[in-house]
Amino acid sequence: MIYKVISKKEFTGFIDALVRSNSSFAPRQVDRDHHGNPVYQFQQVQSVDDIAFDYSATASSAKHFFLPFREELSRFLFHGNDWEQQITYEANPVVLIGLRACDISALNILDDVLLNGHFPSPYYLARRKNTFVIGMDHLPLADCFCKSMNHHTVTTGFNLFCSDIGDHYYLSINSSKAFNFLREFETRDPNFDDNCMLVERRKLIQNGFQTEIDVTALPTILDIEFDSPVWEKWGDKCLNCGTCAMVCPSCYCYSLTESFTPNLKAASREKELYSCNLVDFAVVAGGHNFRPKKGDRLKYRYYHQHRGFAENASQQICVGCNRCGRACLAGINPKDVINDLRMEKESCVTCVSSSPRKI
Amino acid sequence: MAENMTQHRVPFQRLKIASFDFTSCEGCQLQLTNHEATLPDFLGLLDVRNFRELSSERHDDYDIALIEGSISRQDEVERLLKIRKQAKILVALGTCACFGGVNSLKNRFPVKTLIDELYPPMNIETLAVRKISDLVTVDLSIPGCPVNKDEVERIMVSLATGSRVTLPKYPVCMECKAQLNTCLFELGEICLGPLTRAGCNAVCTSGKTPCLGCRGPAEEINMASFLELVKERGLSLDDLQEKLAFYNAFEPWQNHEA
Repeated sequence: MIYKVISKKEFTGFIDALVRSNSSFAPRQVDRDHHGNPVYQFQQVQSVDDIAFDYSATASSAKHFFLPFREELSRFLFHGNDWEQQITYEANPVVLIGLRACDISALNILDDVLLNGHFPSPYYLARRKNTFVIGMDHLPLADCFCKSMNHHTVTTGFNLFCSDIGDHYYLSINSSKAFNFLREFETRDPNFDDNCMLVERRKLIQNGFQTEIDVTALPTILDIEFDSPVWEKWGDKCLNCGTCAMVCPSCYCYSLTESFTPNLKAASREKELYSCNLVDFAVVAGGHNFRPKKGDRLKYRYYHQHRGFAENASQQICVGCNRCGRACLAGINPKDVINDLRMEKESCVTCVSSSPRKI
Repeated sequence: MAENMTQHRVPFQRLKIASFDFTSCEGCQLQLTNHEATLPDFLGLLDVRNFRELSSERHDDYDIALIEGSISRQDEVERLLKIRKQAKILVALGTCACFGGVNSLKNRFPVKTLIDELYPPMNIETLAVRKISDLVTVDLSIPGCPVNKDEVERIMVSLATGSRVTLPKYPVCMECKAQLNTCLFELGEICLGPLTRAGCNAVCTSGKTPCLGCRGPAEEINMASFLELVKERGLSLDDLQEKLAFYNAFEPWQNHEA
């Protein structure tokens, strides 16, 4: 990693040059909610003026730039008695500006699942390699809990990360591409004061969290609480709408469909991002549903998010952005569900005998 | 006219299809003549026996009958029963056929009031509006006001190739989130998206118009939680009832006393 400092004015020029010569996406205000608060999304930008650098959080994550909501995986062409399969892993270069530390952590987790596992995804790889990621730090929102998940800072997975130190940005340069881009612009090596300001900035972020979730030993607690009534309680609220998984930066489960074109001369295999809360998520051939209950489906979402599966070395995949909590119309959010589970255990009044004796 | 075609060595026959309009705007049938890019391919799947939007020919030897519209007159009842006898597969095409549709608003008033109001000097014969499954067995429902041509194409391809016909089981929210729309509840509106079957590509909500549920309920909707949501946000229960009743698609869940 190389560290540089750039004035905000010069930084604006740098981003503008980048945006004008590349297909670029950055936070933009798309609406104002009924309380008057701005709503942001990662949207295409044409110049630096389009970018809301002071944005809080985007309603949806940046996941779909790497895992599109819907994507054709392959095409089959039939001719005569023969057929061929066409597969392309094309991804146009994209510049993605303004990702938070937690968003980049989510990409690193997706890398673990989709690139570092037994079956690397060439579709994901093409997009990941062709995306230039610029991260920006921010002061935590009232409901952010990424610190609890240890994702409030990030050291890999981006090309460039910008920390706001007043009149300047403190740049962490993590790729030769970023380094070369910056050559045209005026930067300097950080001095003693810059380093102090970075430490101060980090402290300010660190101490700014209002929401904390105790995730110590959470995987074990989830195992113990497999039959907890907490799942049914929260499951009863669930609308089965899949919103949580759609806005989540790390949910990657999907569904596959194969269909003919209307002329029956070709067929397409399509992937769509799915959610474990949808009623037919665990329906198998023949129609049996392994998870017909809302509470069970919700439980498995929490299992995947907070206990992890073997394919990602059983690490938690939740990064603590709370997009799911904000978007859930039924008021289901990780903080309340996990606290409920913990309370469940901590309010246990059963006496535990000191030591077992063989009878 | 039914010619034998093969699709990857498997012979298949064009679908002998007929389409009939009942109490409706014929917009769904008209929708089937849209989507020009694939229209010739779509028609290539069909042996059109009776479909006045497509052809002036009339034949009675069809296997698949598309029914557009709800039933609101005695002669419609008789015509529908006759079609049912002929059709191997009877399809409810569009919201009116599936649920009664907008026409069902009529059922809020006594029939006599309606006739006096709309056709003052005439003695019109009319019945309360019914969805077609109230009268005949429906083999397949394709909801939507109007139907989504992409979906109809997909279903016709499934029928032609003998594969399973499916509709999305999840609600509109999935498609709405994929378009990065701001949730209409966040904009202070009641939207039936969380209750309504997807497949429309969230066309209304993408235009910031709340979903009125033309595609009917998604699989296993959670009305209790939805009611709670509307109440908690201090939104109007009258507005909710009005929206639920709009296409008559949520009749089993509606609060009739409200």
